Amino acid sequence: MRPIVWVPLIVFAALAAALAVGLSLKPRDIPSALIDQPVPSFDLPPLWDKGTGLSNTDLASGDVVLVNVFASWCAPCRIEHPFLMDLAREGLTIFGLNYKDDPEDALAFLGELGNPYKQIGADRDGRVGIDFGVYGVPESYVISGDGRILYKQIGPVLPQNRAELRAVIEKASAQ
Amino acid sequence: MIPEIGHFALILALLLGVIAATVPLYGAARTNGRLIALSGPLMLGQFLFVAIAFAALMHAYLISDFSVLNVAENSHSLKPVLYKISGVWGNHEGSLVLWVLILTLFGSLVALFGRALPPSFRARVLAVQAMIAVAFLLFMLFTSNPFERLLPAPLEGRGLNPLLQDPGLAFHPPLLYLGYVGLSVAFSFAVAALIEGRLGPVWARWVRPWVLLAWMALSAGIALGSWWAYYELGWGGWWFWDPVENASFMPWLAATALLHSAIVMEKRDALKRWTVLLAILSFSMSLLGTFLVRSGVLTSVHAFAVDPERGVFILILLGVSIGGSLALYAWRAQALEPGGLFAPISREGALVLNNVLLSIAAAVVFVGTLYPLFLDTLTGAKVSVGPPFFEISFVPLMSLLLVALGFGPLLAWKRGNLSRAAKLLWPAITTAFIAVLLAWIIWGAGPVMAFAGFGLAGWLLGAIAVDMAQKAQIGRTPFAKALRRLFGLPRGVWGMWLAHLGLGFLVFGITASESWTVEKLVLLAPGDTVAVGAYDMTFQGVEPVAGPNYTAVRGQFSVQKNGAFLTDLYPEQRSFSSPPMETTEAAIYPLIGGDLYAVVGDPDGDGRWSARLYFKPLISWIWLGVCLMVLGGAFSLSDRRLRVGAPKRKAKSLPQKPLMDPAE
Repeated sequence: MRPIVWVPLIVFAALAAALAVGLSLKPRDIPSALIDQPVPSFDLPPLWDKGTGLSNTDLASGDVVLVNVFASWCAPCRIEHPFLMDLAREGLTIFGLNYKDDPEDALAFLGELGNPYKQIGADRDGRVGIDFGVYGVPESYVISGDGRILYKQIGPVLPQNRAELRAVIEKASAQ
Repeated sequence: MIPEIGHFALILALLLGVIAATVPLYGAARTNGRLIALSGPLMLGQFLFVAIAFAALMHAYLISDFSVLNVAENSHSLKPVLYKISGVWGNHEGSLVLWVLILTLFGSLVALFGRALPPSFRARVLAVQAMIAVAFLLFMLFTSNPFERLLPAPLEGRGLNPLLQDPGLAFHPPLLYLGYVGLSVAFSFAVAALIEGRLGPVWARWVRPWVLLAWMALSAGIALGSWWAYYELGWGGWWFWDPVENASFMPWLAATALLHSAIVMEKRDALKRWTVLLAILSFSMSLLGTFLVRSGVLTSVHAFAVDPERGVFILILLGVSIGGSLALYAWRAQALEPGGLFAPISREGALVLNNVLLSIAAAVVFVGTLYPLFLDTLTGAKVSVGPPFFEISFVPLMSLLLVALGFGPLLAWKRGNLSRAAKLLWPAITTAFIAVLLAWIIWGAGPVMAFAGFGLAGWLLGAIAVDMAQKAQIGRTPFAKALRRLFGLPRGVWGMWLAHLGLGFLVFGITASESWTVEKLVLLAPGDTVAVGAYDMTFQGVEPVAGPNYTAVRGQFSVQKNGAFLTDLYPEQRSFSSPPMETTEAAIYPLIGGDLYAVVGDPDGDGRWSARLYFKPLISWIWLGVCLMVLGGAFSLSDRRLRVGAPKRKAKSLPQKPLMDPAE
């Protein structure tokens, strides 16, 4: 019997245990520094000539609203879009932040899939996105009536997020 | 339609794999020849179906079929064809298809060219190979389906990260995978040998060509990646000790150790348990690298899209494959007969020292890479381990390795004579001294470690020359005869010299470029001149240029040396629109003595531009060194001894004993 041949297995077992714990830690859960902070001030031009742009004062509307960062080149945006249309039909006010996009492409995107947005700001060079701390497209922010960021969702908003989203919005509306 | 064919082909490959992983194994246990004979055709069938899937995915990329989610997220219709092709493996799902394609390709090569192997052993090797394929196919089909549809299809794709749109990087992943996955053959050989419970010198000879092949691909892949980092990332670095770089470096160190210990096992029937363990560990390191890159446990610039479900799956995969093989090892390895004995001072002893040092180096990289994770697990603190840790640990280890490398080939098997070797090595001491002197004449002052690096590299070059002279018996036989003898030596010996020479060049390149780089960070108006080392660089201004899928600002620098015009450098700052991103294209003018390296930055608003200008002495010797190492591997691989079917031919010509022991 040579106990030494067991050493590699034991070392590996310890390693695997550590990796399993490591998996549950999610180093990518980056907390947004902007939660509970007022939205950064900005004033973006509209996507088309006669449209309305978007500024931070529009967001402090007295109602809880959703700001959705989208782009025509972003595939997950296409996946979340039908759900945004549903939310808009249900009466939620959604503002669009069109991120680093060509206006014509963005209009074609909305023409094809429908427009859930009350107003859209065209962030062509992505500067407002930086102020918001946009990590990837799509992202969505729940904004309180007095213009504070309450909640941030990285990645597409999908029907399975409905309950969580609903809870955040109802809690904010009750205040 | 075609994507569905690809998806279906993957499912068929999985079913074939399940049969291939079980039936021939049962056949080998029962010595049922018909079941054993199934293993080859089953492996070829798996390869065929994975190749169909790969071709289907490639087709979707080439015609820009954006109804396939993977294509829509990673390709763009305006992308040059080369990057549509490389886009296939530039993402998680597609790279897995390539991974399994290479895995089944290696399996098929064993099936086709492993005719010299005993049929039952070959069946077991292929069954283990099929098990790995099954695990990865399950992973792919359940968590990372490359053929998932996106309906309605978008009009345009998201585009490949512009940083990755580069010819060097187009071939970096396939080469790296050839290396990673090639080590699976060594793993399968090890597991099959443990199942059979028989292990001897002939096993080492069978496994060595596969390890060599994988090692060459891994070396080339790592070098290509570092070369890309050097000219594309635009700050002149080429190695960052990033977790993913480390993930490729650990299997490389383990495979290098394995190459050397397999020699001892082949020649002397010693180090059996250790060699088999290394074969298992080399591939385990590859799998671990895959886990680190794709699970998101460590953050890195290389990280693919992260999904915790995938992480759990890979962890289970790791647990079964590595844990299973190590348990088998613990169970069976103790029954292995100890082999030939040897004195500490001997060729075997030197190769053991090589293995100890390389293993410590691999352990250092391992600890440095995973320490942040362990600390996070235990205390919740988030830290990162930087280059200083690795440099402090690597410099002494590699210095010791280089000193020992001079002695190793001059020691006899079983019992060597250290003082005789030391006496023979006086020319190497001379070359070491010359190298230090040359560095002092060229650069004057410098860190002590830099001169030490030059001395060690000079020592290595001298020691190789001494070894060549010894093996050719120069000075003891007439010169013409010695020369004939030199060129008549086995290619494996030449392979060793070339690879060790490459290491010497690598050390020269790393030492000089780390210690004596001239760096200038400047703001320049057109017409301004900056002296960078011995070169005068004059900024001529910038102009806009348009590429196929980007626009760029191109700067022009005229380089003069001693008043004579040398060349113009044209660094670029490129802006891509899909996805929106800026990249820097460094302009590099390689000279034997070093690289001129220029990067143009942003304008300051007053008509001046920021620029970074470097002279990096001997840096291209790094890649030259790796080229020599790979060439050495190729020489070794073409050695008769290792060629396919060689054992048989060798058996016939056995009475003709070689004049001397072919050393590696």
